[in-house]
Amino acid sequence: MNVIVLLKQVPDTESIIEIADDGASIKTEDVKWVVNPYDELAVEEALQVVEKNGEGQVTVLSAGIKQAETAIRSALAMGAHEGILIEDERLERADTTATGQVLAAALKKIPHDLIIAGQRAVDGDNYLVPAIVAESLDLPILPVIIKESIADGKITCEQVIQGGTMVVEADLPAVITTQRGLNEPRYASMPKIMKAKKKKIASLSLDEIGITDDSLFSNPKIRVESLQVPQKSRAGIIVEGGTPAEKADNLLRHLREDAQVI
Amino acid sequence: MTTNILAIVDHAEGKLRKSAYELVSEGRRLADASGGTLTALIVGKEVNAMAAELGEYGADTIFVCDDSCMADFDADLYTAAAVEVIKTTGAGIVLVGSSPTDRTLAARMAAKSGVGVAMECISARLRDGRLIGTRAMYGGKLLADVILEADPQIITFRSNVLNIEKNGKAGAITPLAPPPAESKYRIIEKKVRHTGSVELTEADVVVAGGRGMGGSDYTVVEALAKNLGGAVAASRSAVDQGWRSHEDQVGQTGKVVSPKLYVACGVSGAIQHLAGMSSSEVIVAINNDKDAPIFKHADYGIVGDLFDVVPAVTAQLQKMK
Ligand SMILES: Cc1cc2nc3c(=O)[nH]c(=O)nc-3n(C[C@H](O)[C@H](O)[C@H](O)COP(=O)(O)OP(=O)(O)OC[C@H]3O[C@@H](n4cnc5c(N)ncnc54)[C@H](O)[C@@H]3O)c2cc1C
Ligand SMILES: Nc1ncnc2c1ncn2[C@@H]1O[C@H](COP(=O)(O)O)[C@@H](O)[C@H]1O
Repeated sequence: MNVIVLLKQVPDTESIIEIADDGASIKTEDVKWVVNPYDELAVEEALQVVEKNGEGQVTVLSAGIKQAETAIRSALAMGAHEGILIEDERLERADTTATGQVLAAALKKIPHDLIIAGQRAVDGDNYLVPAIVAESLDLPILPVIIKESIADGKITCEQVIQGGTMVVEADLPAVITTQRGLNEPRYASMPKIMKAKKKKIASLSLDEIGITDDSLFSNPKIRVESLQVPQKSRAGIIVEGGTPAEKADNLLRHLREDAQVI
Repeated sequence: MTTNILAIVDHAEGKLRKSAYELVSEGRRLADASGGTLTALIVGKEVNAMAAELGEYGADTIFVCDDSCMADFDADLYTAAAVEVIKTTGAGIVLVGSSPTDRTLAARMAAKSGVGVAMECISARLRDGRLIGTRAMYGGKLLADVILEADPQIITFRSNVLNIEKNGKAGAITPLAPPPAESKYRIIEKKVRHTGSVELTEADVVVAGGRGMGGSDYTVVEALAKNLGGAVAASRSAVDQGWRSHEDQVGQTGKVVSPKLYVACGVSGAIQHLAGMSSSEVIVAINNDKDAPIFKHADYGIVGDLFDVVPAVTAQLQKMK
């Protein structure tokens, strides 16, 4: 069983994000980078699939710049067997269509029975790349899942829908995407972190995976025109009162008369 | 430049979702601005009765794909139906809602058409026939104006961000045969968890309980939510404790809500929690630590024990009724 995890490096959710001089991208120098939290769930699930299956391996695939190796190493430290980085400067700002097609092109050269991706990357929150990968590879895709089991070449998943779930099944190979609740990602132990540091991460160029069309990068399908810091000022009133009942009364008066929301 | 608009609407338990009214109202505004037509698409089983209403909110034409094979959301079949309607109507802009299946549909349509999606927008405007969508990035730390450079321009909207307006139009109903496509997967079973309750992302009022709840007994929070006609949410800490299910989680790795009123009870106000609720119209915080960060992000704060304050608010509300 060859399980591939699509993994993206994103700014730590605690990082301060600042707008770059072009007004349409962010300053990357001081950002602390981490594995996209949904991709961490993907790594954990991939490891569990291989462990349960008793054979096979987990390969982590990322498209980005050199720096993304750190994220791949975090996955190796969790127990992933192999890491591959498709490396090109243009991938840093590539849109979802370009990213999806690049990943799909690489996947055509990497044996895969199951591809696990995050439901979304929490930098751009696009929810798009896995669908593009599945479409390019003509594979079934089961998104936003909280449970999975494999038997007889089929994967059965519990998928989140509004107000409930749906049990769905597809033949392998297939693409699935993660939702919180699927698992609890394991911590990497110190010895494993040390071992992962020494592991070689394979690097692929766009040429090597047959991506020669520069318009994929020069003509993006989605373009961020500008970024702003949201400006929402809050009243910031502390509601006073001698007893809980008085506080409650004062709060409701504010909500009714000033804010007019009840 | 005229642009035709398509709004794909969702429904549950025989009723249109709130997002359906929002999308058709917005679609009407965009169609008027661009001089194009507005088509609505509704897919499912026994959905005919819901279709007529869409004309009242401004749909010129309503495509109805009503078939037992479309009873549950099969992304492959729904995508095929939607792509077909995009073709026949020449839609340049496609509006979609923000449930998990809505987002899946938008992503799949985009993948099929080789275009992008402006996901989870909070507003949109037209400039020279191109749509500019405003959406949150980096966990709500920034707002981005994004342009979709290829047609169809597919945009999904968060719930509760668009004005609902009546605007009677012809609402001509056109039946649509299910697509000849085959699905690459099989639906085995649908498990509906709760019926009748207000969906978190569509609720006008959300009452959240955090780690300050101290356990899985959410009675006080549920009572307040019930009296305000709202939904109950939780912080990730509460979910991690097993007190509430994942679908109640608000935040960067949970749901994003934009209600009129958000009441945070025993929630400290971590940045990842704020990412899921900071776009609420009015925020109330109830916390016994006067230095809790949540107060900096609230319109109204009460410093006190939530087990005293929340029932008191519920009691006052009941008195008012
Ligand atoms: C990658 C990542 C993603 C994350 N995603 C999310 C997410 O989506 N959503 C989310 O919520 N968090 C998320 N978190 C976790 C987040 O960082 C916080 O840990 C979490 O939000 C804290 O939850 P809390 O406010 O309920 O708990 P705490 O921070 O423990 O706060 C509890 C609060 O309750 C108050 N309190 C205690 N008892 C009472 C009482 N009796 N009456 C009144 N007040 C009381 C305390 O003063 C305190 O302020 C994420 C973290 C990471 C690293
Ligand atoms: N550059 C990338 N390299 C590898 N995987 C990616 C990349 N971008 C996105 N993905 C995968 O696609 C998922 C959804 O990303 P997105 O569509 O950007 O929200 C992520 O959780 C990853 O699994």
